[in-house]
Amino acid sequence: MLINLLGLVLIALIVWWFWLYKPNKTIVQNREVLIEVKDGVYSPSSIQVSASQPVTLKFMRKDQSPCAETILIPSLDISEQLKLNEITQITLLNLSPGEHEFHCQMQMYRGVLKVI
Amino acid sequence: MNNIKPDHQLIIEGAGCASCVGKIEGALKGTNGVVSAEMNFADRTVQVTGTVKTEELIKAVESIGYNAKPIDDSSEIDTLDEKEAADWKYYKKLIRDTFIALSLGVPLMIYGIVVGEMTVETNLERMSWLVVGILTFGVMYFSGKHFYVGAWKSFKNHSANMDTLIALGTGTAWIYSIAFVLAPDAVPLMARHVYFEATAMIIGLINLGLALELKARGKTSEAIKRLIGLQTKTATVVRDSKEVQIGIEQVLLNDVVKVKPGGKIPVDGIVLEGHTSIDESMLTGEPMPVEKAKEDEVVAGTLNKSGMILFRATRVGKDTALAQIINMVKRAQNSKPPIGRLADVISAYFVPVVMIISILSALAWLNFGPEPAIAFAIVSATTVLIIACPCALGLATPMSVMVGVGKAAEAGVLIRNGEALQTASKITSMILDKTGTITEGTPKVTNIVLAKATDEKEVLQLAASLESGSEHPLAQAIVESALDQDIELLKIESFNAITGFGVEATCNNKTLLFGNDKLMKIKGIDLTGFVGKAQSLAKEAKTPMYFAVNGELAAIIAVADPIKSDSISSIKRLQTNGIRVIMLTGDNKDTAAAVAKKAGISEFFAEVLPEDKANKVKELQDSGETVGMTGDGINDAPALALADVGFAIGTGTDVAIESADITLMRGSLHGLADAIAVSKATLRNIKQNLFGAFVYNVAGIPFAAGILYPFFGILLSPVIAGAAMAFSSLTVVSNANRLRLFKAKEH
Repeated sequence: MLINLLGLVLIALIVWWFWLYKPNKTIVQNREVLIEVKDGVYSPSSIQVSASQPVTLKFMRKDQSPCAETILIPSLDISEQLKLNEITQITLLNLSPGEHEFHCQMQMYRGVLKVI
Repeated sequence: MNNIKPDHQLIIEGAGCASCVGKIEGALKGTNGVVSAEMNFADRTVQVTGTVKTEELIKAVESIGYNAKPIDDSSEIDTLDEKEAADWKYYKKLIRDTFIALSLGVPLMIYGIVVGEMTVETNLERMSWLVVGILTFGVMYFSGKHFYVGAWKSFKNHSANMDTLIALGTGTAWIYSIAFVLAPDAVPLMARHVYFEATAMIIGLINLGLALELKARGKTSEAIKRLIGLQTKTATVVRDSKEVQIGIEQVLLNDVVKVKPGGKIPVDGIVLEGHTSIDESMLTGEPMPVEKAKEDEVVAGTLNKSGMILFRATRVGKDTALAQIINMVKRAQNSKPPIGRLADVISAYFVPVVMIISILSALAWLNFGPEPAIAFAIVSATTVLIIACPCALGLATPMSVMVGVGKAAEAGVLIRNGEALQTASKITSMILDKTGTITEGTPKVTNIVLAKATDEKEVLQLAASLESGSEHPLAQAIVESALDQDIELLKIESFNAITGFGVEATCNNKTLLFGNDKLMKIKGIDLTGFVGKAQSLAKEAKTPMYFAVNGELAAIIAVADPIKSDSISSIKRLQTNGIRVIMLTGDNKDTAAAVAKKAGISEFFAEVLPEDKANKVKELQDSGETVGMTGDGINDAPALALADVGFAIGTGTDVAIESADITLMRGSLHGLADAIAVSKATLRNIKQNLFGAFVYNVAGIPFAAGILYPFFGILLSPVIAGAAMAFSSLTVVSNANRLRLFKAKEH
C-alpha cells in the first residue's frame, strides 16, 4: 500500500516538475543574452525580452554532441549551426509579443523566448 | 615578424594610392587602445593589435574618407575542417567510453550466461560483487558521466531528455544491486540478483550507438560539404597592374580577377577579357560546359576549363550565388515539413511520460507479479526507461530532410524549406508558362508578311525602333533581327506599352502600332485578308503580330520561339508520374495550340494576361488540385506565390528568386521532374522513419514493461533494451542515408 502511494506521489511530482512548474524567466536588460549550450540544456532556457527592442541571442556551444549543433526557432523561421566553443549570434528585430520556442533538431535541448 | 595573431583585420576600400597607407595607419594608431596598425597596400588589408572595438576602428577609417570592413578569416571550409576535427575527437571519445564499458559488461554477461544466477548468497559472493559494483561505478563515472551530468542539469532545468532515461535506468539497476550487496537482508534471497552487467552493457552500447550515429550523420551532410568545397581559398587579382594572390575574403567589388585554365572561379563577375568554356555542372546539374566571352557572367565555384579570363568582380563574400545557395540549402536542411510536427509534439512530452509508465509498470509488478516481485519490478522499470528512444522520433524527420534537400541541390534544385518539399510530393497539376519555360525564351523573327508596306527593311526598321522601348522577349527578337541586318534604329516618341496587347508610339510623324489582333480591333485597324495568314503562321507554332502605320496594317511579323530540346521528354516524365500538365501563355490560341501539341500537352490556357496567371492557379486549386506553377520567377511572381509550390526556372545560377518555393538552376524541365521525384522519395523516407520510430516505441515499451510475461513467461532484459535503444536512432539515420543513393531517372 505504502509503495503504491509512493509511486503515485512520484508520478504527481513528475507531472508538477516537468509540466506544471513555471521556471523563473531571465529578463534581458541590455539587448543581449548569453546562452550556454551544454550537457543537454540551454542556460538560461527561459528568456523574457521586450517587444520594443531588438535582442541578440548569443549561443555558446560547449557540448560536442551533434544534438547541440543546430538551434531552431521555428516560429521565426530561424535555424543556425552552432560552432563548438564559439559564440553564434542571432539578432532578432521587430519581435511581436508572444512565445517563441527554440530547440535543437531533436527537441532535447529546449528553451522559450517570451516577448512582452 | 612575430607570430601573434592581430586582434583585428580590416579590409580597406577606396585606398587608391600608396600615400593612403600612412593616413590610414595614422588614423588607426590615433584611436584609443590601438597598440599597432600595419597596412599591406597590395591586398588593402590592415592588421591592428590592441584593446579596441572593431566599430571604433571602422569609424576612424571612415573619418578620413575611406571605408573599412572586418575580415572574417574563418572561411566555411575552415569551419567545416574544424567541425570534422571536433566530430572525430568526439567519436574517439565515444569509442573509448564504449570500450571501457564493454570491457566490464561483456565478461559479466558471459559469466551470467555460463555460470548462471548472479546472486548474493555467501560472504565471498558479497565481497566479489562489491568489487564488481565499484568497478561498475567506475564505468559509470568514466564512460557514462555525460549521461548523469546531462540528466541532472536537465532536471534542474525542469526538462528531461535521453540522458534522463539512461541515467535513471542504469542508476536504478546499479543502486538496487549495490543496495542488497551492502545490506543483503533487505530483500528476500530469491530477489538478490545483481544487474551490474546491465548497467555496464547499457552504457557501452549506447555510447557505441552514439558513435556510429555520429559517423552516419556525417554522411547526411555530404551535399553541403560538397557545395562548401567548391569555394576556393584564394584569388588572383590585378591591382595597380600587378597580380596579387589574396584570400578570397579580401576580394573587393569591381576587383579585376584572373583565372587560368583549370582554375576555379573565386567570386561572381562579368568577363572583361578572354574566351573560355566553363563547367557549371556542380551548381546547375547541366553537364555541358558553357562558352563564356566578354560581357558574360561567371559564377563562383565553377571550373574554368579552357582559356584564361579576366573578369570584374560583381558579387563577393556572402553575396555570391554559391554563398547564397549554401545558405539556402543549410536553412532548408534544418527546416521541418509539417509531417514532422506530430513527432515534435510527442517528443516534447515523451520522456516524462516514459518515466510515469516506468513507475506504473513497477507498481503493477509489485502488486500483481510473482515472487521475487521487487526484482521483476526493478527489471521492468529499468527496461522501460532504457528501451524508450525519443531520439529516433526526433531524428526521423530532420535526417531525411537533410539528405533529401542536399540530394536535390546536387541535381541543381534548390528547395526553400521543408514545407515546399512536402507539398511538392503531393502535386497533382503542374502549370508551365510557355515562354522561357517550355521554350528557349529566345524568339527569332521568322516571317514578315507585307500588307500596305512594300519594303521589308523599312517595316523591320520602324517595328524594331518601336520595340526598342519594350522589354518583352518578342520585342527583343525584332530588335535583334534589325541589328543583325545592320538596320539603324530611329528615335521614337510618345511610347506607350499596353500590357497584354502591344505597344504604340510615333516616329518621324508616323503613328506606329504593334501588337495582337485585339489591339488592332480596339484601334480600328482593318485586318481583312490577313487574319487567315496570321492563323496559318500560328498553326506552325509561330507568334504572328500585327504592325500598323498611320492607322493601316503595314505587315504581319511572325516570331518563333523554339521548344527546348528536352521539354518534350521531361513533360512526358511528369505525365507518366500522374501529373496533369497545363500550359499557360499570353500568346494567341493558334500558336499556343501548336506549341502545346509539339510539347505533348493537351491542356492549355492561351491569351492569358500576366495578372490573370494567378487566377488560373486559383481556379485549379478551387477544383481540388494541388498546383505547381513553373515560371521565370519575375513576370510570374504572383502566380508562383499563390501556387501550392512555385518553381522558378533560374537563369543560370540566379538564386535570388524570392517568390519561388523551389528554384531550378538549369533551364531544363527535367529539374522539375527531379524535384518532384526527390520530394516523393524524401517523404517516403520520412514516413518509414516515423513509422519505425513510432512502432518501435509503442511496441517496445509494453514489451519492456512485461506485457508478454503473463502469456509466454518472457521478460525483456535491460541489456537487450539498451541495444535496441542504441541502434534505433542509428537505424533512422542509416535509413535517411539510403536517400543518398536515390537517382532521378531521365527517360
